[in-house]
Amino acid sequence: MTIQFRDETFRDDYTFRNSRWAIERFPFPFHEDSFMYSVNMEQHRGGPAGSVYEKRFDVDEHYVSEMRDRALVLAEDPLRCQSLPHMTLAGWDLLELIMVAKSEDYPDLFQLHRDGDRWRWVNRPLGIDDTFTFLDDTTLPHGPMEYITRQTQGDFCVLDQRDDNLWMDAGMVTTQADWSLDFDLGMNFFEWHAPVPKAHEMGIFQRALKFLLNIQQGAPARRLNWTMTVNPLLDTSPENYHRWGIQKTTLTPENIGRKQHLRVELQTFFRLPRSNALVFPIRCYLCSFEDLTTVSKWGRRLHRVVRDLPVELATYKGFVDNRPMMLDYLSQFDDGLPTSPGIWPDLETEPPLRMG
Amino acid sequence: MSGGEKIAVRVTEKTPLNDLVTRFRFEAVDGRPLPTFSGGAHTVVEMKDGDRNRLNPYSLMSDPFDRGSYTISVRRDDAGRGGSKFLHSAVDVGDEITISYPVNLFSLDLRARKHLMLAGGIGITPFLAQIKQLDRSHGHWELHYSVRTESLGSYVAELTAEHPNDVHVYYDDRGQRIDLDALLRGQPLGTHVYVCGPKGMIDWVHRTAEARGWPAEAVHSEEFLAPEPGKAFTVELTQAGKTVEVGETESLLEALERVGEDPPYLCRGGACGQCETAVVSADGTILHRDHWLTEEEKAAGAKIMPCVSRFEGTSLVLDR
Ligand code: HEM
Ligand code: FES
Repeated sequence: MTIQFRDETFRDDYTFRNSRWAIERFPFPFHEDSFMYSVNMEQHRGGPAGSVYEKRFDVDEHYVSEMRDRALVLAEDPLRCQSLPHMTLAGWDLLELIMVAKSEDYPDLFQLHRDGDRWRWVNRPLGIDDTFTFLDDTTLPHGPMEYITRQTQGDFCVLDQRDDNLWMDAGMVTTQADWSLDFDLGMNFFEWHAPVPKAHEMGIFQRALKFLLNIQQGAPARRLNWTMTVNPLLDTSPENYHRWGIQKTTLTPENIGRKQHLRVELQTFFRLPRSNALVFPIRCYLCSFEDLTTVSKWGRRLHRVVRDLPVELATYKGFVDNRPMMLDYLSQFDDGLPTSPGIWPDLETEPPLRMG
Repeated sequence: MSGGEKIAVRVTEKTPLNDLVTRFRFEAVDGRPLPTFSGGAHTVVEMKDGDRNRLNPYSLMSDPFDRGSYTISVRRDDAGRGGSKFLHSAVDVGDEITISYPVNLFSLDLRARKHLMLAGGIGITPFLAQIKQLDRSHGHWELHYSVRTESLGSYVAELTAEHPNDVHVYYDDRGQRIDLDALLRGQPLGTHVYVCGPKGMIDWVHRTAEARGWPAEAVHSEEFLAPEPGKAFTVELTQAGKTVEVGETESLLEALERVGEDPPYLCRGGACGQCETAVVSADGTILHRDHWLTEEEKAAGAKIMPCVSRFEGTSLVLDR
């Protein structure tokens, strides 16, 4: 299908909306009626047609507006994009990975013409048509990682692999769930994960790291992560907490359906060929409670998950104060019927809400 | 995906270099470009030797950015498991074989100000690719290469011709030795050391560098993990009432799927815990290769992770 790119904002007047198409393909993260951290990783080898898992880098109706929001963040705070000197080669690897994947997966939107090291890149949605020399930094307007991630939805961490660990030595981070690249730059896998509750004791990070160190070229992996965001804000960074933290107090029983969003990150992992680095794209999808609960299975399940989530997790994810109001709202969509296993909406088979 | 992604290639050149070493060139059967790789990477070559599969890792020595072909150099190892003898004697130009995607367990530390490379014998091969990579990025490197005799010095002529100032060759039969102590002492700050060669040489370099106060992170050696697949074995499934033969190059999980079972899985890499399966009885040894079970659980032998782990012995019965 051709994608209709929306003209919308993720700040101030918040005109972001999801179409019916986007709601039904939303990566709902709960495969059962409760949630706990786990080593939830699987191979990233496509998925059902039309789903966000189908392509290596999903492009959707928010693409153009998300890229505009990224440019605004970078104009205010250039430190959201950083790359230590030894990571430039990995930046070129990433540029190649994305250009090849997008031009193969969306040939009507993106084209890559290669004549030896002379490359021409056409990005129709953003109106870009650039010719440059591969591996020659002087032929691009930005470094290779910055150049390509200004044109690709989602945040990007580029991890150097050495001493049996991963090091956050480069990244483009403007749509993050309350963590800071500038703070985490140069840290290793255990250091940047230090604030996460429970998962260390459960042995999750030990196992996850071993898996990641083993990810091989041509065999990418993925997982989902989630949190809650009031208003469709992409940039929920610690740097700007003074601007968005306060918005959490603006929820009322009347506006919560529209304002409260489930924020889901589709995280993928690719080994990069020349640098042997690992890239970790973190793609953020937002969906309002109002829209989510139009899918009866998701409405039932979201209520149960939020209700039963351990308090440490609700606190870490920053919504423990608003949880009672969320539950009041969500309980209207939970009639107690059982839900089918798995994350898919099951629109045909799941019974409609039975309630008066 | 026990052995990772694979590529079908054709042997397009077989070049004997000296009494022991032969070089092979591979090109993709489908004519598509091969994946780029990073200097130091190896590929696992699969060889069908009668009814057994041989899997041997070899360092890629060609230019990592050349996607037209890969080259490896194989030293005939008369005492080894036979893969190198098989390549030398039974594999010829035109043959099709399967190789894995490149895997790098010996990558350059790109933060290094200078790369000091120490090679022994056939251990030269990963450095050939690394040198090509570094030359492209104008990296600073120096190679010290120890060979038994002039005639066994693979690539000595090319290396010394192209890089007369950066390559230093030592001949065993002339009593020449790398003076490691002096070499380490003279290095600028920010130098990383890489060694590839016989085990004794690797240990010597690590020991000497440690004694000289070098941080362990600055001393790198190639460690070939044994390729994952192993011997074939048989497994009996109590719930399904089936007996399944697990081949050398497939995982237990893949074998179960092949006979129509649908065991749960997520990562297929021994980390997520989804495929955990109870062992009813085992007469033999479970080869635990996962990161999921604790050491105690592995020792107890009551559970197995079919996505990566294997078995050697007479009978294995699983609760599936
Ligand atoms: C190399 C890739 C990865 C990077 C760069 C990364 C980065 C991060 C960062 C920056 C945070 C925020 C920590 C904070 O509060 O400051 C985080 C949270 C977290 N990470 Fe990772 N991570 C990676 C891989 C993984 C993997 C493979 C797993 C588990 C299988 C994992 C599990 C988690 C969990 C459970 C949280 C808490 C999230 C929440 O509850 O909202 N991470 N990660
Ligand atoms: S499938 Fe994840 S541990 Fe086996």
